Amino acid sequence: MRYAPNPDPVVQEMLRATGLSSLDDLFVDVPEEIRLQCLLPESRGATEMSARRQLEELALANYTADDSPIFLGAGCYDHYIPTAVDAIVGRSEFVTAYTPYQPEISQGILQAIFEYQTAICRLTGMDVANASMYCGGSALAQACVMSAETTKRKIVLIPATLNPDYARIVETYAGSGLFETRTIPEQNGLVDLGALNATLTAEAKNVAAVVIQYPNFFGNLERVGQIIAATKGVGALSIMSVDPIALAMLKSPGEWGADIAVGDGQPLGNAMSFGGPHLGFMAVTKKLLRKIPGRLVGETVDSEGKRAYVLTLQAREQHIRREKASSNICSNQALNALTALVYLAFVGPLGLKQAANASHRIACYARSELKKAGFEFQHDAPFLREFAVKVDNPREMNRYLLEWGIIGGCELKDGLLLAFTEKRTREEVDELVYFMKDFQFGGAGERLTVDENDGASASDAE
Amino acid sequence: MKLLYEKHVKGSNYFRFPLQDLPEIDLQETLPEEHWRETPLGLPELSEVEAVRHFTALSKRAFGVDDGMYPLGSCTMKYNPKLGEYAARLPGFANVHPLQPVETVQGALELMYELSLMLSQIGGMDAFTLQPAAGAHGEATGIMIIRAYHKHRGEDERRRVILVPDSAHGTNPASAANVGYEIRVVKSNERGRVDLEDLKAKLGPDVAGLMLTNPNTLGLFETDILEISRLTHEAGGLLYYDGANLNAIMGVARPGDMGFDVVHYNLHKTFATPHGGGGPGSGPVGVKKFLEPFLPSPVVVKTDCGGYDLDYDRPLSIGKVKTFYGNFGVCVRAYAYILSLGCEGVKRACQHAVLNANYIRKQLADDYDFPIDELCKHEFVCAPKKLEGGSDVHTLDVAKRLIDFGYHPPTIYFPLIVDEAIMVEPTETETKERLDDFIAAMKQIAKERRETPDVVKAAPHGTVVKRLDETRAARNPVLKYEEPLS
Repeated sequence: MRYAPNPDPVVQEMLRATGLSSLDDLFVDVPEEIRLQCLLPESRGATEMSARRQLEELALANYTADDSPIFLGAGCYDHYIPTAVDAIVGRSEFVTAYTPYQPEISQGILQAIFEYQTAICRLTGMDVANASMYCGGSALAQACVMSAETTKRKIVLIPATLNPDYARIVETYAGSGLFETRTIPEQNGLVDLGALNATLTAEAKNVAAVVIQYPNFFGNLERVGQIIAATKGVGALSIMSVDPIALAMLKSPGEWGADIAVGDGQPLGNAMSFGGPHLGFMAVTKKLLRKIPGRLVGETVDSEGKRAYVLTLQAREQHIRREKASSNICSNQALNALTALVYLAFVGPLGLKQAANASHRIACYARSELKKAGFEFQHDAPFLREFAVKVDNPREMNRYLLEWGIIGGCELKDGLLLAFTEKRTREEVDELVYFMKDFQFGGAGERLTVDENDGASASDAE
Repeated sequence: MKLLYEKHVKGSNYFRFPLQDLPEIDLQETLPEEHWRETPLGLPELSEVEAVRHFTALSKRAFGVDDGMYPLGSCTMKYNPKLGEYAARLPGFANVHPLQPVETVQGALELMYELSLMLSQIGGMDAFTLQPAAGAHGEATGIMIIRAYHKHRGEDERRRVILVPDSAHGTNPASAANVGYEIRVVKSNERGRVDLEDLKAKLGPDVAGLMLTNPNTLGLFETDILEISRLTHEAGGLLYYDGANLNAIMGVARPGDMGFDVVHYNLHKTFATPHGGGGPGSGPVGVKKFLEPFLPSPVVVKTDCGGYDLDYDRPLSIGKVKTFYGNFGVCVRAYAYILSLGCEGVKRACQHAVLNANYIRKQLADDYDFPIDELCKHEFVCAPKKLEGGSDVHTLDVAKRLIDFGYHPPTIYFPLIVDEAIMVEPTETETKERLDDFIAAMKQIAKERRETPDVVKAAPHGTVVKRLDETRAARNPVLKYEEPLS
C-alpha cells in the first residue's frame, strides 16, 4: 500500500523479530466479539490518478469566485491573494511540522508566530495576542468565557447587529453555564443605545462584558465610543469583533479603548475554502495577559545568550493544568496565522490600506448606482465595504442573478447584504445593478413569478 | 536571525492594487472622521524578494514530517500525501464562498456527505458533523451533545460530573470543564488500564459520562472495554471516545461496536492531513442514532432528487461551534486519503502502525525500561534505564540528543502516570530501514548516557539555538516586538 510502504517479505521479517507469526497476532488483546473481519462495503484503494480525477470532478461541480463575480461577505471575503503567499505557505517544512514543542528545531515556526502576534497587536492596537483561535466566532465565544471568569460576573450583552453565525456560536458556548447572554436590539442597523443603557442600568454589576462588532454584520460602523464609555461605567469589559482589513482605515480597538479584540483573519490572504480553514485572532490588554487562552510565543535566550523564541506561559494550558486550564484549545490554526503574516508582509502597510480603500470606493460606487436605479437601503449608517439593500424577494433575486452568472449577496429578511472587495470591478458592479434593477423594477421578477405559476421555476428554465 | 520588522526599509515594497476608474469620493463625507484610524499600522515594508528570503529562511529552521521521522506519541505524525495538498487548492474547493446558493456547491456538499459516511463506517457510528476545527474542539462538542441528551431527558441538573482516567490526554478534563462539567478522575491499575473497582466507586447518578481513549495513552488496549461500557451505561452515563489514538484500531475494531456513544477523530492525525505547525486540524464528531438530533447544525443531507442540501431545521441541535461548516479544506485532504486507501488500505495502515511500534519496542527492550512490557498498539511508553548509582541524564536530555541524529523527539513526560516517560509512535508510513536507523540512534544514546553523559546533557549540538531559558520567557514575558518602525 502506497502509504504503508513495507513490502510483505519485510513485514514477515519484522513479525519474526517481534516474536509474532501474523499481523492478526498484533490484535489478540482486542476481544474477539468486537474484532472486525472487514469494513463494509469492501473497497480497494484508488490509484493516485483515479483519486485525483474523482477529486477534480467534485471540484468542477462547484461555481467559484473565478467563474463569477461574487458579492457575498458576511464574515468571509473574496480579497486578492498575492501569488507569493501560496509559494511560501506551501513549503512543507511549515505544512508538515507539529506544534513547536521542541524549540531548538522549531525556531522558524516560533519566530513566525512571534511576528504574527506582533502584527495582530499592531493592527488591533492591543498589548498581547495569542497564536490564533479556530475562527472569529469561537474566538468571540472564548472572549465571553474569559470575561466572565475575569470579572466574576455572568452576563454578556450581545448586539442584534452581531453576525448571526457568531451569535449562535456564542449561544452554544453559553450552554456551558459559564456565562449567559442578553441581546441588545438594533435601530437603523446600529446598537440601540437607549436599550443598551437601560440594560446596563438594570443589570449593572452583573454585566461581565459588552460585545461590539465593527463594522457590524450589516456593514455599518457602530458608535463605539459611546458603547465603550457606557460599558466602562458599570466596570464591564468591552469585546470588539473586528475585520483585519477594515483596520487599515478604521480606528483600532486599542484606540477606542476596548479590553479584548477578536475577529476572523480570513481576509488576510486565506482562501475562502467553503468556510475554512481560516483563523480566529484574539488580542487583549496587558491586564488580561494571564487570562488569555491559547498558545503564546515569547522571546528568551538560549544557553549561549542568543535570542530565541519558545512557547511560554504554558501554566494556563490544558496539558499542564488539565481541568483548571484557561481553555481546552490545543491545535489552533497555525498555518492560517502564518498565511495572514505572509500576506501582510507581501502587501505591506500601503497595500493593506489600498485594499481597504479600494473596497470602500467600489462599495460607495455600487451604493450610488443602486440608489440611481431606484433602490432603497435598509440603513443609512456609515459603512466601509458592505451594506444592506432593500429587495422584495432576496432568494428569487439571487436566483435571477445566478442565471446571469453573478453570485449575489447574503440573503436577509427583505434585503441583500452586498460585500465589495478590491477585486470587484466597475463593470461587474454595473452588471449587478443592471440585473438587480431588471429583477426588482423591470418586470423580470414578475416574469419569473408567472413562470412559477405555470409550474416551471427559474432553475427549471435554466 | 532578524525579525521581519527589523528588515523594514521604508519605500521598498512595490506591491500595489490597480487603480480603478471610479468617481472620486470624499472620505470626509463617506466615512465620518471619528472612525479614522490615527496610529500608524506599524507593519514592515520589504521588497518581495527579501520577504520571500525571510520566510524561506524561517522554513529552514523548522522540522516537518518531510524532513524526517517524527515519532511523537499521541500525535500520529504520518506522511501527508501531496495529493491532498493539490486537491484542497483546486479552485473548485479553495475559491468557493460558504454562503453560495447550494445549487452552486454540490461538489463540496457531496464531498462532505461522503466523508461523513466513510467516517461513520470506520467508527461504527451513525452520523457525523464535520464542524469542529480540532481534536479538543471535537471533545467540547461531543460533551455538549452528551449534555444536551441529559437535558432533553431532564437529568442535566443532577448529572454534573464527567469521569476521566488519570492517563487521559490533558484536553479531556479541560474540554469537559470548558463545557461546565465537574471532573472526577478514575485511577489506572498496575496493568495501565482503567481500574474497574475504582470506576464502580466513581460511577453514580451524578455522572454524565466517561471520556476514554482506546488504546489508552500508554498505547495499551483497554481489554475490559465491554465491561466499562456496560457499567457506565447502567449508571445512566454515556461513553465518549477520544479518537486521538484511532490509528491503532481503524479497520480492525470500531468504537461504535465497543459501546461508545460519541466519538471524535483527529483528521490531522489518523487521516493524514498535515499539522501545519499547530493547525489547522479538524475534529469531526460522530454519534449513535439516538444522539443524531443533537448534532451541530447545519447538517448535509441528500435530497429526494439526488442532490445535496444543508439542513438547518434541527430543533434539538446544540447549535454551532464554528463559523460555517468546519475546516472544509482539511476535510478535502482526509477524503483524498481515505479514497486512496480504501477499506483494505485503512486496515493495512493500522496493522503496519501497530507492527512498527511493537518492532521498535522489542528492539529497545535491553536499553530502556518498559513500565508495562506487553503487546502495545500504535505507540509505547518507555523510560531511560535505571542505572546503578543513578544518572543525571534524564528523558529531556535523551529527547534533545535525538535531534542530533536527525529525529524529531518523541512525546516526553506524558502520560503523567509514568516517571520520565518517553512516548514513541512511529506510524505506518516509516520503512523498516528508517525504523532500524531510529533504533540504532536510541541504542547509541543509551550507551552515551552510560559512557559520555555530558554529550547527551549538552544536546542538541548542531541546531541554530541551544537549549532555551524557558523560565526567563515565562517570568518576564516578551510576546511581541516593541520597537516602532521608521
